[in-house]
Amino acid sequence: MAPPLPLHLAVALDGAGWHPAAWRLPDARPTELLTAAYWTDLVTEAERGLLDFVTIEDGLGLQSSHHDRPDGRTDQVRGRLDAVLTAARVAPLTSHIGLVPTATTTHTEPFHVAKALATLDYVSLGRAGWRMQVSARPDEVGHFGRRQFPQLNITDFTDPSVLAFVTELFDEAADFAEVVRRLWDSWEDDAEIRDVATGRFVDVAKLHPIDFEGPRFSVRGPSITPRPPQGQPLVTALAHASIPYRLGARAADVVYITPADADIAGATVAEIREHQAAAGRAEQTVHVFADLVVFLGDTDAAAQAGRDRLEELAGAAYTSDAPIFTGTPQGLADRLLAWQEAGLTGYRLRPATLPGDLRAITRGLVPELQRRGAFRTAYPGGTLRGLLGLPRPANRYATV
Amino acid sequence: MTKPPRQIRLGAHFPGVNNTTVWSDPRAGSQIDFASFTHLARTAERAKFDFFFLAEGLRLREQRGRIHDLDVVGRPDTFTVLAALAAVTDRLGLTGTINSTFNEPYEVARQFASLDHLSAGRAGWNVVTSWDAFTGENFRRGGYLAAEDRYRRAEQFLRTSWQLFDSWHGDEVVADKDSGTFLADAGAGAFGHHDDQFDITGQFNVPRSPQGRPVILQAGDSDAGREFAAATADAIFSQHNTLEAGQAFVADVKGRLARYGRGHDELLVLPAATFALGDTDAEAQENALQIRRQQVSGQTALLFVEHVWNRDLSDHDPDGPLPEDDPVVGENTIARGRASVRQIRDPLAIARQWRELAEAKKLSLRELVIEVTGRQTFIGTAATVAAQLDDLVQQRAADGFILVPHVTPGGLDEFADKVVPLLQERGSFRADYETETLREHLGLPPRPTLEGELR
Repeated sequence: MAPPLPLHLAVALDGAGWHPAAWRLPDARPTELLTAAYWTDLVTEAERGLLDFVTIEDGLGLQSSHHDRPDGRTDQVRGRLDAVLTAARVAPLTSHIGLVPTATTTHTEPFHVAKALATLDYVSLGRAGWRMQVSARPDEVGHFGRRQFPQLNITDFTDPSVLAFVTELFDEAADFAEVVRRLWDSWEDDAEIRDVATGRFVDVAKLHPIDFEGPRFSVRGPSITPRPPQGQPLVTALAHASIPYRLGARAADVVYITPADADIAGATVAEIREHQAAAGRAEQTVHVFADLVVFLGDTDAAAQAGRDRLEELAGAAYTSDAPIFTGTPQGLADRLLAWQEAGLTGYRLRPATLPGDLRAITRGLVPELQRRGAFRTAYPGGTLRGLLGLPRPANRYATV
Repeated sequence: MTKPPRQIRLGAHFPGVNNTTVWSDPRAGSQIDFASFTHLARTAERAKFDFFFLAEGLRLREQRGRIHDLDVVGRPDTFTVLAALAAVTDRLGLTGTINSTFNEPYEVARQFASLDHLSAGRAGWNVVTSWDAFTGENFRRGGYLAAEDRYRRAEQFLRTSWQLFDSWHGDEVVADKDSGTFLADAGAGAFGHHDDQFDITGQFNVPRSPQGRPVILQAGDSDAGREFAAATADAIFSQHNTLEAGQAFVADVKGRLARYGRGHDELLVLPAATFALGDTDAEAQENALQIRRQQVSGQTALLFVEHVWNRDLSDHDPDGPLPEDDPVVGENTIARGRASVRQIRDPLAIARQWRELAEAKKLSLRELVIEVTGRQTFIGTAATVAAQLDDLVQQRAADGFILVPHVTPGGLDEFADKVVPLLQERGSFRADYETETLREHLGLPPRPTLEGELR
């Protein structure tokens, strides 16, 4: 039998972990969730496990158990820091791992987001990425007071007005991503010339207005920030259905999906590849990672007991948009390698508890995958794009 | 017993995209690599400065319809650099410019509250205003404001941000593992702000940060700008760095504080200051002249004069006289994206003044520009410079200075190594940090929350 293909591995960091009661465990640090030390420790641990990157969750409203409004609960982690700034704070203290913060496209300015991510790429020496995210929550609209959202039950995807609304948010996100990418390219790599003889600092022929004109907004450019080390920081998106699959296929380098099983994973990968071809990107590498929530233990029984304990603390069974894995790191390795046959190129694991399940990934799962020849044993050095086998993109505006 | 001297406040400005910064100097490094920011910040922290300061621009400057290419071009994002600098410094305040026109309070308040958490209480915000459609073209919402509305929006932006910062009181996160109570109050962060600029409501999602609110800096010099600073700022970044002008400015802005129920020590006046050092005063003078010639080439001088004349002067000789015709009065169409251009209120008067000066001193166009722009505030040996800036503070012409080095990133090294120790010997600058937060370093009182404010 052929050795398994090396897989890519990311972890999704959020609060004290993805289980709402995780903050109550003895090793949780719930009073430190807003400190630099907490995030540095987590990302350093992920780097110790040679992972490709971490994502950092974010949002423009208070965390909630509802999709469309705050829930008023006081028994779960509430309050979080800006993810881009958290990533920047950790960047100088790490050296290999990719840093992929979440930034919303619905209420923010593409010009600001583009220069922030370009700057994250500078401060991390080429390890920046972005998880783009739309916001459909009416309470977040109220935080900005700039637009009106229709009153809809946004979980009902059979309603045509919901579909139209969601399509609009994702089309806006696609425009946003296009503006961000154009701004990254708006400086050619060698635009800065420092020509003492002529007194010119830059060659203005290598700075380009992007002149984006769309139905929702227009942006002139160029960026104030020169093209970042990776040329284009990594763009990623989480997708659960056809509209977001299409956005991912059009705009992202990595699409996270949430398949319930290997068959669904295979069908979803095929659908994304079709959207990718339709967008004219068939020749480009677009990674498709499956998201999994993981509850890990030394034995299956221990993992289940840990999950049971959390559910008891929460007073409810745990549910997620993503598939849930409960078991040993060995069992998880089996699952990841088996699902890989569906065409997945990697995984974004959501640790149910922090730091517990993160350590089980870095100190249990990773060595297990290494033993099977399916994971790197050292960082090769270089950028995040390089780690993922993605080339440094040519600049769309360069003429030579 | 003699009274202890007044304490000097010091900020370190990261050299920016204007002609103060000499990029052609062989010692000049990158203005964008993070190593440059680390170097300046660590130098400032080694010298026990109060804060690092980073300016911002949101559109590349243009002149005669093309991007200005003679000065440094390109800068990073303010928040991202400051957050990263928090990782390589421990005590240094981290302040930066964020525009109140092309942003929204909820997002900016979240970013400052986050920066304050991530730096353990070292965040500072230089609130600037803008109104021009030129910069607005980079923003989806345009953001164009009538010029007379910019302070109105800025002040309401700031007050809205304060409301958001204060929407958490600091005791809501209990995180009691035994009882399962994370938040003491389900309504933490609730806010509603309704005025003619911002009509927003909801729940702020960053719990109260170490300083509660970042330290507020401002730079306006117009009457409206001074009033805005007196009403809202903790420190004002001024251009008045001589004894008489400084004392007059200090008296003016501090005289405005009482009407807002504020004391004289609640607003610090920090002029921008440049310096040229030498082993002797004569050598320093020579260095200063050398720097000025590097800063103002013939081309730079011509472009500068165009800001006032508001027309293409490219056929003029920089080593010849000023243009004979009067400036074109009206909206400046020749130079865009420059703060200095927006400050030109009476170009005819400036032209008249400059012609008289050029004639009296027999100056060419380039020599005139060297004469009228940004001369070094402090020139001399380390001892001379230390005495000069100490005197200005002791005589209440300033509370301290924001030093603007002319070389990136090592332009502060000599000041840190030679001048600061002399200030420490004089007892007018700290020998080591004694406090944790920026607000404490600056000797500012804790800011009251909105409910506790009289105003």
